[in-house]
Amino acid sequence: MKNCVLANTSAKQRGMTTQTTDLETLERTLMARVEAANDEAALEAVRVDALGKQGAISALMKNLGSMSPDERKTFGAALNSVKDKISEAIVVKKATLAEAALDRQLQSEAVDVTLPPVKPRLGTIHPVSQVMEELAQIFGEMGFTVEEGPDIETDFNNFTALNFPKNHPARETQDTFFMNAKGADGERMVLRTHTSPVQVRTMLKQKPPIRMICMGRTFRKDSDATHTPMFHQIEGLVIDETSTMADLRSVLMAAIKAFFEVDDVRLRFRPHHFPFTEPSAEVDVGCDRSGGTIKIGAGDDWLEILGSGMVHPNVLKNCGIDPEKYQGYAFGMGIDRLAMLKYGMPDLRDFFAADTRWLKHYGFSPYLLPGLAQGVG
Amino acid sequence: MLCSGAELELDTDADGIFELDDCLKVGTPLAEALGLNDPVIDIEVTPNRPDWLGVVGIARDLAAAGLGKHTTKQVLPVPGRYPSPQQVGTEAPQACAAFAGRLIRGVKNGPSPEWLQRRLRSIGQKPISALVDITNFITHDRGRPLHVYDVAKLSGTVRARMGREGESFLALNGKVYDVTPTMCVIADDARVLGLGGVIGGEYSGCTETTVDVLIESAYFDPTITHQTGRALALTTDAQYRFARGVDSGFIVPGVELATRMILDLCGGEPSEIMLAGEIPAAPPPVTFDPDRVRTLSGIDVKPTRVRAVLKDLGFETSAEGQGSKRIVVQPPTWRRDVVGPADLVEEVARIEGFDKMPTLEPPRAQGFRAPPASVGESRSRLGKRATAALGYFEAVTWSFCSREQALQFGGGGDEMLVANPISSELDCMRPSILPALLVAAQQNANRGFDDARLFEAGPIYRSTSDGGQERTITAVWRARPPRHWRAAPQPDIFDVKRDVLMVLEAIGAPVASLQTSSDVPAWWRPGRAGALRLGNKAVAIFGEIHPRTLKALDVEAPVLAFEILLDALPQPRAKNGRTKAPLEKLDLMPLTRDFAFIVDDGTAAADVARAALGADKQLISDVSLFDVYRGERMAAGKKSLAIEVTLQPRDKTLTDADIEAASAKVVSAVMKATGGTLRN
Repeated sequence: MKNCVLANTSAKQRGMTTQTTDLETLERTLMARVEAANDEAALEAVRVDALGKQGAISALMKNLGSMSPDERKTFGAALNSVKDKISEAIVVKKATLAEAALDRQLQSEAVDVTLPPVKPRLGTIHPVSQVMEELAQIFGEMGFTVEEGPDIETDFNNFTALNFPKNHPARETQDTFFMNAKGADGERMVLRTHTSPVQVRTMLKQKPPIRMICMGRTFRKDSDATHTPMFHQIEGLVIDETSTMADLRSVLMAAIKAFFEVDDVRLRFRPHHFPFTEPSAEVDVGCDRSGGTIKIGAGDDWLEILGSGMVHPNVLKNCGIDPEKYQGYAFGMGIDRLAMLKYGMPDLRDFFAADTRWLKHYGFSPYLLPGLAQGVG
Repeated sequence: MLCSGAELELDTDADGIFELDDCLKVGTPLAEALGLNDPVIDIEVTPNRPDWLGVVGIARDLAAAGLGKHTTKQVLPVPGRYPSPQQVGTEAPQACAAFAGRLIRGVKNGPSPEWLQRRLRSIGQKPISALVDITNFITHDRGRPLHVYDVAKLSGTVRARMGREGESFLALNGKVYDVTPTMCVIADDARVLGLGGVIGGEYSGCTETTVDVLIESAYFDPTITHQTGRALALTTDAQYRFARGVDSGFIVPGVELATRMILDLCGGEPSEIMLAGEIPAAPPPVTFDPDRVRTLSGIDVKPTRVRAVLKDLGFETSAEGQGSKRIVVQPPTWRRDVVGPADLVEEVARIEGFDKMPTLEPPRAQGFRAPPASVGESRSRLGKRATAALGYFEAVTWSFCSREQALQFGGGGDEMLVANPISSELDCMRPSILPALLVAAQQNANRGFDDARLFEAGPIYRSTSDGGQERTITAVWRARPPRHWRAAPQPDIFDVKRDVLMVLEAIGAPVASLQTSSDVPAWWRPGRAGALRLGNKAVAIFGEIHPRTLKALDVEAPVLAFEILLDALPQPRAKNGRTKAPLEKLDLMPLTRDFAFIVDDGTAAADVARAALGADKQLISDVSLFDVYRGERMAAGKKSLAIEVTLQPRDKTLTDADIEAASAKVVSAVMKATGGTLRN
């Protein structure tokens, strides 16, 4: 290659035409060398031979001074053009080579992308927790606060304040767990049989209007396919001067629609008896049982889902609220049962078995925050 | 299987197999073939409605609701022929307010007629003899329990009185009951004959040979009857009714009705009726504004309709007076549950039907709403989601555990025992969620699901007083060596330490202020567990569970765990709105310097880091420990701890002299705090 360039250089003394012809040859030769360069070193050699201080084009540039103005003008322009072309070609080739080199490097560093990563596991949220948050959202939207109370309660808060007469058979319907310890009222403490003691606590500390729900663990001495000694309840309480049973129905209707995410729901209020409400009603929700599963909001069947009523005047009195002035309603339902109805778990006992198969299957992603904007579920 | 009529409770014949008529078609249901396929109606009788414990009470309600017509006739008195020589009395009016009786002489007892037997059998009662069957019939027909005595067995007045210590009797169910002074007995001069309102005695019971019979129709106190039943674990048809309250208006009519039936079925000659004690007064009248139906139930019912419904249910109504919209309502003697206007609203509303309630718009929250959860509850919710995001599955386990387990985890005091547990495995309120989760993790492993990670956000119980219940998030990790093509280390205490810190951070706990100490309760493995403290207060414990504890629970070691005591975290400061403090964005680049110190092997790394961090509070923004070295280049009992100290210039670029000065402070602070030396 060097020889070739030298040969060209030695041709500079020839005439104009010859010079031009030589320039074309030079260009072709250099372009061919650029094209042929297959690595950066080869390309750099071409650049030095052509454009370096001792390079062929540089040498011709130096000769320009010895030419006549006309000659210089014509040949100079041609020479510059060749110089630009070669420079340009080198830049382009350089980029191409770099690209190819990168490709080769990346190729050599390729891994088997099908290999498994060390993946942190995602755990789950228990359906009871999820449903509680859904309910807090739904009732929060209707202006209910969430109140709390302890699981170990006094006899007064669990029974007496709620108008359960002492030594009355009504107490036995509750299958109460008693503690060894006695409470401030001198009676054995109990594991709360319902979350109603939280209603009592709220009424004792807060003046009406009251608009609250409470959720939590409840206990009854009962254990079979559909009963567990511990379960969860949600109760609601509204005390003001005007709320009626019709208001109760409107709240329950809205809550059940929102919870089950259905447009239409039928509710049936069946007269019942609870010591703490008067009038009292059990509430059935319209459902469809055809096909082996229960679908809320469809069909012509009924399913009992909650107990409710207007707060008994004695309860208000026991909690320091004037029953002549205030009235209101209360309701209660099983949270576990609501979860089963909405999400289709067949057996209540599984809720408390801590079986990872069940928790994984029926649990919820921790990132799934219940909110009304996207539907509570 | 071959059965006699008696065995099938279809007949009294026990001599041979039950024979069917040849003309019956094979395949016909037996109930249908024998004409026994009565409709069965299940009625849930709530404790407030003892009147529904007799057919007549149900009929009355059905008729009031528009279903049929109530046709029960009044019981007409049967005139007595002579004064009874057999007296009755009550010496305990608190337990037996009234005791009505009648003697019927010259009866002929025997099996009751087919129609009566059939009726009794159809409700699951066993026919015994005409006299007994009559009392059972009236119990179910009228909700009026009665008792009959064979007068030949009696000596002296039959009276109700309280029991006496040491008394006992053989009851009709074949059991001997010891009587106490809180129980009401029926006794004559010689012996206890039975428990008033609960069960009669074998001795004075009527048999086929009974000729003179004494009918008892009394009013026993609901509470005392209830307590007696509970004390003896004995529920009978009579006890069930008296405990809920029988119709005080049907004490004497009950005797009359029984007399009529006995005369019809067994013949005999009735005495005059005796009545000891006083029949309880009728329930007090209730003054009632009929508009209360609307204002409480929401159902608009006209006053005339209110009065009509109440009348159908047996209430008497009258106007309060001229110019008053209110009425005075007299509840019937069988409705002692009705004491106020709300009760009357219920009567009208349930008969009118709750479906008549108007449809209203649901309420919307007004204005600003406080967050619908307490601080503790909010933290629990955040903590749950953070823990689950770290790979733990949320479980919910019983609030109770066995006392044995409780004792191993710092609980199990007498105060925390359940007096009537469902089983001895669940007889104590849990002082920790750990035992339940540890056992569950092992059970999961036994099912083939190793590497179980479980947590529960729930209560633990330290005392029965308010505040004795604490909120925790407790997690266990039955970590097993990971098998992975990229070798991952066996999870250890530092993995759960990471997890607990991440959860605490997610909750918003002041993680930077936490100090780690190695003093932990006995069920944690010493030297491989730590407590995170704020001041002296432990807010979390993490590490391995003690192998001794695991062994007692039959759980394989090792198990990692953490327990966050949410209530131990400080309450957030009262906020001045939601505005955050302004951001301090320092433009000067931070720079780092490394130091290695040789310290005693027992020196806590945190002490070195804390000393370095405190060396220049203005300049040093962070200290991180990046190397722990023990080995041949280290003297015995020594280790090297290497830290990276970050210097954050605040108002000017640091000069070499500044950096030198800061470094010197770090070295001297660490040396002073730990006795260590700078490693060269």
